[in-house]
Order: sequence, then structure tokens, then C-alpha cells
Amino acid sequence: MNKVFALLSGDPNADRAVPPTGYTARLTVFTAGAMAFLAVFALSLTLATNRLADRWSSELARTATLRISAPADQIDAQVRAAMNVLDTTPGIATARPLSTQEQQDLLEPWFGPDLPLESLPIPQLIEITETDVGFDPIGLRARLQVEVPGAVLDDHTRWRDPLVQAANRIRSLGFVSLLLIGGATGAMITLAAQSALAANGQVIRVMRLVGARDTYIARAFVRRFTLRAALGALAGTLLGLVAIALLPQGDTAGGFLTGLGFKGAGWLWPFLIPPFAAIVAFFATRAAAFRTLGNLS
Amino acid sequence: MIRLENVAYNYGGGALFTGVSLHLEPGSFHFLTGPSGTGKTTLLKLCYGELLPTSGRVQLFGKDSAGMNRDEVALMRRRIGVVHQDCQFLDHLSVAENVVLPLTVAGRANEVGQDLTDLLGWVGLERQASQLPPELSGGERQRAALARAVMVSPDVLIADEPTGNVDWEMSQRLLHLLIELNRMGKAVLIATHDLNLIRAAKAQVQARVLRLQGGELQSAGAEL
Repeated sequence: MNKVFALLSGDPNADRAVPPTGYTARLTVFTAGAMAFLAVFALSLTLATNRLADRWSSELARTATLRISAPADQIDAQVRAAMNVLDTTPGIATARPLSTQEQQDLLEPWFGPDLPLESLPIPQLIEITETDVGFDPIGLRARLQVEVPGAVLDDHTRWRDPLVQAANRIRSLGFVSLLLIGGATGAMITLAAQSALAANGQVIRVMRLVGARDTYIARAFVRRFTLRAALGALAGTLLGLVAIALLPQGDTAGGFLTGLGFKGAGWLWPFLIPPFAAIVAFFATRAAAFRTLGNLS
Repeated sequence: MIRLENVAYNYGGGALFTGVSLHLEPGSFHFLTGPSGTGKTTLLKLCYGELLPTSGRVQLFGKDSAGMNRDEVALMRRRIGVVHQDCQFLDHLSVAENVVLPLTVAGRANEVGQDLTDLLGWVGLERQASQLPPELSGGERQRAALARAVMVSPDVLIADEPTGNVDWEMSQRLLHLLIELNRMGKAVLIATHDLNLIRAAKAQVQARVLRLQGGELQSAGAEL
């Protein structure tokens, strides 16, 4: 903690001993800012896919749909038979036939609002909600096959799993992107620090001549690059947050892309980016400084 | 304090000098002379740990320079004041800041106080304290370098051609400052071509004159 405080407060005399580093300083601020801006989007993507995967999992995991296709004069009897089967199946909490209006609402995005549902051979859907224990889909299918020949049970597994898998993949890509951004930031700051150290070879020689230890010389460079990286990253993060806030809001028709952003306490996550950038800069500059000082001896 | 024993240094594939032995004791005063290119500056660098010998042993305050790590070299340098031929300042710092640099890097900048004013007065640079090094004349730079070298009250003072860029009057003034330091008990080693400076010094202080020539270090003859 004392070291962190010493780094932030610095030694004005040591700072003065190292001359201003010009373009390398600006390069560090710009690089940290640009990377932080990108990191905000990568983080937003990661959190959004995380939410999406959770939602798909939780919304679909405990539900199933029974579809009954039968001639119009037999459909009511098949629905009653199906309800009898479902009511007596262990693991099913509720079973409810969708109303005509609900089925109309489901089809409306594809066929419009004026679909004459009554005159079409549309299957009847029954929404099933499982208990925590869940039901045995194989056993239920076997019973339905015998007692309700027109019924098809869809427990959503077939298309839920690939969707959740895809969301998890995107989330992993988001994490990889964050790691790459951190690595690229470290690499760029290393180059800038090495360039600054090489440009100050004469300063380093004079400081050594009068008895400066390598830690003293390195500290002046490390503090400078760490603070600049933190400053640049803070600016980039704030810009990124503004850009995210200005994205169109998600709604029921919006889907994934308009849902990209932060929710609730998630808005605090990006504020970890500037300290993270400072930590990356600290270690990158420190390693570069000691390597360069070692080569100069 | 500083002992070179049978030291050799190779440069460019050949021996620059061999079999050099030299002892700098407290209160001693040595001149090092010889033709250009014979290795005077190299010998000085061996004396303050900037270079390591090809063979032989250099002991700095009782420690073998070859076995010192960089931190130990840095701490040892605080006991040796060095005046370079080209002075070597940080050009973006004022004269005063350059003079206190040895204290600054030792984390003792708060100890400066009146010492800095006295020191700048001693070398006659009070008015130039806030100027930048490139704004100084050759003599002023040499005096500022001398002030910086003695800022931490070193045990040994090593100067490489300290009067190389100054007129006779200024060289006498610098010599007077060096003799004052020697009378305080500091060991002084000066590399110079200036025989008149050596003669002037010998008139005031017990000085030993060494000549580096043909790869060997010898005591200079009575002509000096």
C-alpha cells in the first residue's frame, strides 16, 4: 500500500531529473485511451452475452411445449386427453393450452395481425412448466404416443443447447478480446518506455555517474508511464461508456444487438479498466526499464 | 581507498596498458599524464568502477570492482566525485539542480540548505545558479562540475582534464579549489596534459606525478 502511495505521490526531484518524453508520452496516453475504449466494448459484449446465455438457460430450461395436430373435429378431445396425461405425470407443475389470442400473437410477427386462425389447421399448443425435479421426457413421449397420437412433445433441448453454447462461445471470445487488448496495451507501452529510455541514455549515464541506483532511475520512468496509461485509459473508458449509453435501447423486438450494454451494477465494471491499464503499464515499464538499464551497463 | 594491482585493459584487440598498479590513499594527490590515446581516461574509469579490468584487480573501498553489482557500484560512486572532461550535465536542469543531483539521487535533497549557497559561492557561480548548463562558459561548466563532484563530500575526487577548456587564470582557480579539497583530506587524482598546471600544483602541495606511456604507468621524472 505504501508503495502504491509512493508511486502516486512520486518524488518531484526524481521526476524533474528525467526530461519530458514528448511523443512517447502522447503515444502512451493515446494507446491506453484507444485500448480502454475497445475494452469497454469487449466488456459490454461479454456481459451482454453472459446475460443472454443466462436468460436463454433460465427461460427455456424449465419449460416444454406439447403440439397437438389433429382434424378440427378431434382436436378438443385430443387436448383433453393430453391434459389428463400431463396432470398425472410426475414432475409437471402446470400445463395450460394456449388461447387463440396467444397463438395469434405468436404467429403475428410472421403472418401479420389479420390471420384467420379459426379457419386454418393450426396445431394447438400446450405450455408445460416443470417442477424443480422435472419430468421424464422419454416416459411422457411413450404415454402420449399411446393416448394422444397427434401430440408432439418439444422439451426445447434440441435448439436451446446450441443457443446457450453459442452465447458461451461469444462470451469466451469477449474474454479473449479483453486479454488481447491488455496484451497489446502492455506491448505498446513497453515500446514507448524503451524508446523513452533509449532517448535518455545520456541522462541515465549522468545519473549513474552521480550515484543513482537503477531502481531510482527506473522509478521515474515507471511512475510517468503508469500515470499516463491510467489517465489515457480513464479518458478512453469514459468515452466508451458515453458511446455505449448512446446505443439504441433494447426492447422486446430489439434482440441481441440493441441489448449490448451494461445493466445496473454492471456499469461499474468498466471503471476497473483504468486501474488495470495502470497495472499493465507499471509492470511493462518496469520490465522495460530494468532490461534497458541492464543493457546500458 | 582505491587500489589497482597489476591491472591490464585491452581495447580494440590489443592491450591498452598492462601491469598498472596504483594506490590512492586519503590526503594523497596524484597527477596522471601522458600522450593522448594512451588510456588515461580509461584508467580513471577503472578507478570509479565505470569499467572493469581485463586482468588484475581493482579494489574500491575494500571491495573488488569485478564482484560489485550495479547497486553497489551506485553506492560506491557516492564516495567518489568525478569531474569529466565534457562535464556531463542534465541540460534541462538548472546549475543549482545539477550541483545537488548527487544528493537528490541519494534521497537527501532536503539536506541541501545553506551548503548549496556556500558551495556555489566557493566556485564563484552564485549568479549562475538558475541558469541552464548550455548557457555557461567552459570555465563555469568546469567549476559547476567540480561543485557537483564535491556536493556529497566524497572521499576521492577524480578529474579528467579539468582545465582543458579554460584559460590560465581559470585553471589556477580550479587548481586552488582542488588543493583546498586535498587539504581537507580528500584523495585527488587528476588526468591532464597541462605541465604548467602540474608545476603550479607541486609548488603548493605534495603531488605525485604518474606518466602513462607505451602501455605502462611510471613515475614521472624530476623535470616536473
